[in-house]
Amino acid sequence: MITNIEALNDIRQKAKRQMSLRLDHKQDLQKYDVLVCAGTGCISSESEKVREKLAKVIKEKNLEDRARVLRTGCFGFCKLGPIVVVYPDKTFYCQVSEKDVDKIVEQHLDGGQVVQEILYKSPVDDKIQETMDNITFFEHQRRIALKNCGIIDPEKIEEYIAVDGYFALAKVLNEYKPEEVIEIISASGLRGRGGAGFPTGTKWKFTYSVNSDQKYVVCNADEGDPGAFMDRSILEGDLEVAIEQARKYGLLGKNILGTNFNFDVELRLGAGAFVCGEETALLRSAVGKRGEPRPRPPFPAVSGLWDKPTLVNNVETFANVPKIILNSPEWYAALGTEKSKGTKVFALAGQINNTGLIEVPMGTTLRTIIYDVGGGIPGGKKFKAVQTGGPSGGCIPEQHLDTPIDYESLNSIGSMMGSGGMIVMDESNCMVDIAKFYVEFSQDESCGKCTPCRIGTRRMLELLRKITNGEGALEDLDELVELGQDIKEGSLCGLGQTAPNPVLSTLQYFKDEYIAHVKDKRCPAGVCEKLRRHRVIPEKCIACGLCAKACGVEAVQGEIKKPPYKILDEKCINCGACFEKCPVGAIERG
Amino acid sequence: MSEEIVQLTIDDVEVEVEKGTSILEAALKVGIEIPSLCYLKEINEIGACRVCLVEVEGVKALQASCVYPITQPIKVYTSTERVRKARKRAVELLLSEHDRECTVCIRNLNCELQNVADNLGIRNLRVTGESKNYPIQMDNPFIMRDYNKCISCRRCEAICSKIQEVHVYSAQRRGLNTVIAPAFMRDLGSTNCITCGQCVIACPTASLVEKEAIEDVWAALEDKDKYVVVQTAPSIQVTLGEIFGMETGTIVTGKMVAALRRLGFKKVFPTDLSADLTIMEEAHELIERLQGHGKLPLMSSCCPAWVKFAEHFYPQLLEHLSSCKSPHEMFGALIKTYYAKKEGLDPKKIVSVAVMPCTAKKYEASRPEMGWDGYKDIDYVITTRELGRMIRQAGIHFRNLADEPFDMPFGVSSGAGAIFGATGGVIEAAVRSAYAILNNRNKEMGLIDFEELRGQSGVKEAMVDLGKKKIKVAIAHGTGNARIILDRILNGEHYDYIEIMGCPGGCVGGGGQPILGGRDHKRISLDYRHNRADALYKIDMHSQLRQSHDNPDVRKLYEEFLGEPLGEMSKKLLHTTYTPRGLYFNLLK
Repeated sequence: MITNIEALNDIRQKAKRQMSLRLDHKQDLQKYDVLVCAGTGCISSESEKVREKLAKVIKEKNLEDRARVLRTGCFGFCKLGPIVVVYPDKTFYCQVSEKDVDKIVEQHLDGGQVVQEILYKSPVDDKIQETMDNITFFEHQRRIALKNCGIIDPEKIEEYIAVDGYFALAKVLNEYKPEEVIEIISASGLRGRGGAGFPTGTKWKFTYSVNSDQKYVVCNADEGDPGAFMDRSILEGDLEVAIEQARKYGLLGKNILGTNFNFDVELRLGAGAFVCGEETALLRSAVGKRGEPRPRPPFPAVSGLWDKPTLVNNVETFANVPKIILNSPEWYAALGTEKSKGTKVFALAGQINNTGLIEVPMGTTLRTIIYDVGGGIPGGKKFKAVQTGGPSGGCIPEQHLDTPIDYESLNSIGSMMGSGGMIVMDESNCMVDIAKFYVEFSQDESCGKCTPCRIGTRRMLELLRKITNGEGALEDLDELVELGQDIKEGSLCGLGQTAPNPVLSTLQYFKDEYIAHVKDKRCPAGVCEKLRRHRVIPEKCIACGLCAKACGVEAVQGEIKKPPYKILDEKCINCGACFEKCPVGAIERG
Repeated sequence: MSEEIVQLTIDDVEVEVEKGTSILEAALKVGIEIPSLCYLKEINEIGACRVCLVEVEGVKALQASCVYPITQPIKVYTSTERVRKARKRAVELLLSEHDRECTVCIRNLNCELQNVADNLGIRNLRVTGESKNYPIQMDNPFIMRDYNKCISCRRCEAICSKIQEVHVYSAQRRGLNTVIAPAFMRDLGSTNCITCGQCVIACPTASLVEKEAIEDVWAALEDKDKYVVVQTAPSIQVTLGEIFGMETGTIVTGKMVAALRRLGFKKVFPTDLSADLTIMEEAHELIERLQGHGKLPLMSSCCPAWVKFAEHFYPQLLEHLSSCKSPHEMFGALIKTYYAKKEGLDPKKIVSVAVMPCTAKKYEASRPEMGWDGYKDIDYVITTRELGRMIRQAGIHFRNLADEPFDMPFGVSSGAGAIFGATGGVIEAAVRSAYAILNNRNKEMGLIDFEELRGQSGVKEAMVDLGKKKIKVAIAHGTGNARIILDRILNGEHYDYIEIMGCPGGCVGGGGQPILGGRDHKRISLDYRHNRADALYKIDMHSQLRQSHDNPDVRKLYEEFLGEPLGEMSKKLLHTTYTPRGLYFNLLK
């Protein structure tokens, strides 16, 4: 039990000594901490097997006194998983497989020589970037919420304490009155990271001012955006283990740190509905009801969980709080833009080299994120759009890439911050198809309570299907805009109020693609099956005949070694088999 | 909460309301009816349909006026371009997935969706698309569910859960596939539905309607071989007029009888007579139990929705229920026995029809216990609404009909029988007789009007002085209210006599009563039942007979046929048994 700040400090000192390789980068005695990423991406590329084998080989070679294998949270560089980082040098190994383990152990841990072939190579200049500190991906990042990912073992509370964990709590309990804490958060400028960007301090103040015998704090970890894992990565490891350890040390429960402050945490699992990210739906779901939003007012601050005043904040929002308390509100407010302070975590995905999880200061431009942090578009393809804010964000075109991102600027260009999804699209993406994909998601995830969202999003999807099937008319585009605006205007909750964004923004910025679909009956990106045409580029064709072989309907004709081959439009079903097979890229589609 | 007053303006008209009042209710005060579909005052306030949207100055998004509480002086605009556009879209979208065959719809011209669409001036749908295509569920004798006409307003769910506390309906699936349905979309007949029909009353469209028996009744009337007899429940005479545009609470007994004769019924009897009979049986049952034979409290059993509720949710209390069949079933049993014999009719040829305010009576008539020697007590139950439709189908000018009396015998009934149709009426009627019986028919005591047993409050309790004994009675209407009393009993509280009616207000608020035109619909089950009940008390007040045991027809019945209350013949024909049914998941086999 930790009953006072001195006891907490003792544990910190002790744990710090144990972690000196990682925290002080001490280059002594050829000792190593080998951190294997246990984030979502790496786990699914089987980092656990790598970790197990590392431990096994180290044991076999009797190196246990010199090398420790540990799990850690997401490094963010998910595309290159499984990731293994060797401290104290922060040697960054990527795409490590079981067969690399012997080499890492023998050559590096035993022999002191870095294993060159699994180091990171920059996609820009093909040069090796050996340690985490000199990898461009990390260079523009500023990790606050994700600070401990890649450093500590999230399942050992002592390691968290070593990096000042719980000291913000201790400081609050010993030094501040509740009003002062709220004042600090207000002064920091922190805004809700769940999407809407409501000032956190104001929300706290609001909840604080309501009189009640009982109040709840709810941490919203219901992260339902497809492809997003910001909150998940912050939470790291096994939450139940973390809660149990905190309880064991008396950091949760009654009389925390010897004060009269009581607080405990209970974990509630959702059933997997996107709409439950919305706070009122979340609260219903948490008490076992169908996850559906309700109109506000009353706000959860007045009537929330079991009708008691409830403070609902997102995981990332909470993750910023201890850092603000420990550093200062001014320190935090110095980061970011005028209205959006601090940093923001994004899940970078789509047509981008460095797929993964990043944290950058507010105000970083989209261009920096995509080209510097993200390493640009793979295959030398042309950037087309970036979608921010999850499935209901808008698609932002090239012309707005220099926008410094914050809540307001993203709104002004037809998108939104959302909880931090960021998906990059290149010329091979059809924007109508993209819009259709997102609306399909939203209408499927609509809880069905309010009319505009329940029926309207389906009608939008039907119109988009009509267009991508080549049955659309120009009037359909006007109807999409009108309907989209009405859905935004009339829906009950954020889901419906934002679901039309992908359609409206693509109609704003990529209207020519829509027009090509309805007027020319053509999909310029060659994605919509019914609207694409395949054609052999005569100059490129080497007449190998693979295309004709691949074709199931005898639509490709020609003679081996007598270029060019030809595709007969009247027979072609646009399945794309020839396109996939051609070894020299001599077939184009669109 | 203090009754703080807030001033606001609605469309620039100033108005004062109590703090917390919704914009929709406040607007009514300045003469503006904001259109809405999902709203049912104090029952369903969820802001789901998005038809009642308004603009609130300084608030960015449009607000659902039904759930927006007025807490400070605000400026509201209810009919701006922006508002009209949003409302229109919401209704257009609802129509886009709706079965729009209005002309052949049972709720044609009495449909809230149709009405709202008309009021908003919707003349075409800008966008249509996939609509629902479910088979109509009608595997039960009382309520049909047509999902293709459901607009997901959830009023059925709300009334079933919050008022009746039966919880049959809930939202299932997501997006356009959302349905408001019993679990696994089962037919209501295989759920713990108590068949009360409040969901039918609450439904703004024809998604929930009673299972009609009109065609069967027409066929029987057409059949020269059949002798079709009809009885009308006490409350029909005070609600039927509404269908023909008469004020709620208008008493139309004579016109109703005349109309039924015009339709071709051979005999028209008042169920009120058998209500008197029920009282004779039940009052004696009460006295028996008060004297130590049988369980106290005695609970009334004339509402089949309440009986089914007890069978599902309180099977441990079934012994408390009076064994009396409900009045129309008693009547049915007598028609095919006593009356057939008396008139020299072949009971096989008698078709017995009951006009009831109620969908539960349709269910009750189908219960296997409700018959005798292979005869069904009642062949067809039709609701007040169905009778109205039959009268319209026959082209009868109802309002112009001259009054006619009920047929004899059985044409005489007491005021006590009439008030059976309102909450508190059964107990009041029974107490009148029990008092008289216990005190040797001492009518002069003047114990006729028990005001404390009347009125619309959900749970009523009173001590009633029966002369030799004081008894504690309790009355509930709406099964949600019933739970309050039943739980008190389970917690050891003592009562002598309990009356429970399944529908709010009793039979005057029954699930088979008129659904009053779109515009007024939302207040019907809440406000109009006062007027209907008042009309019944008026009938009682003006009756020459006020007490069931004074009814000469009833006396004759005992003398000529039944013998004595609770006698052998009574038990055989007039009493029944109950079946513990268990909760929902016991039914899922």
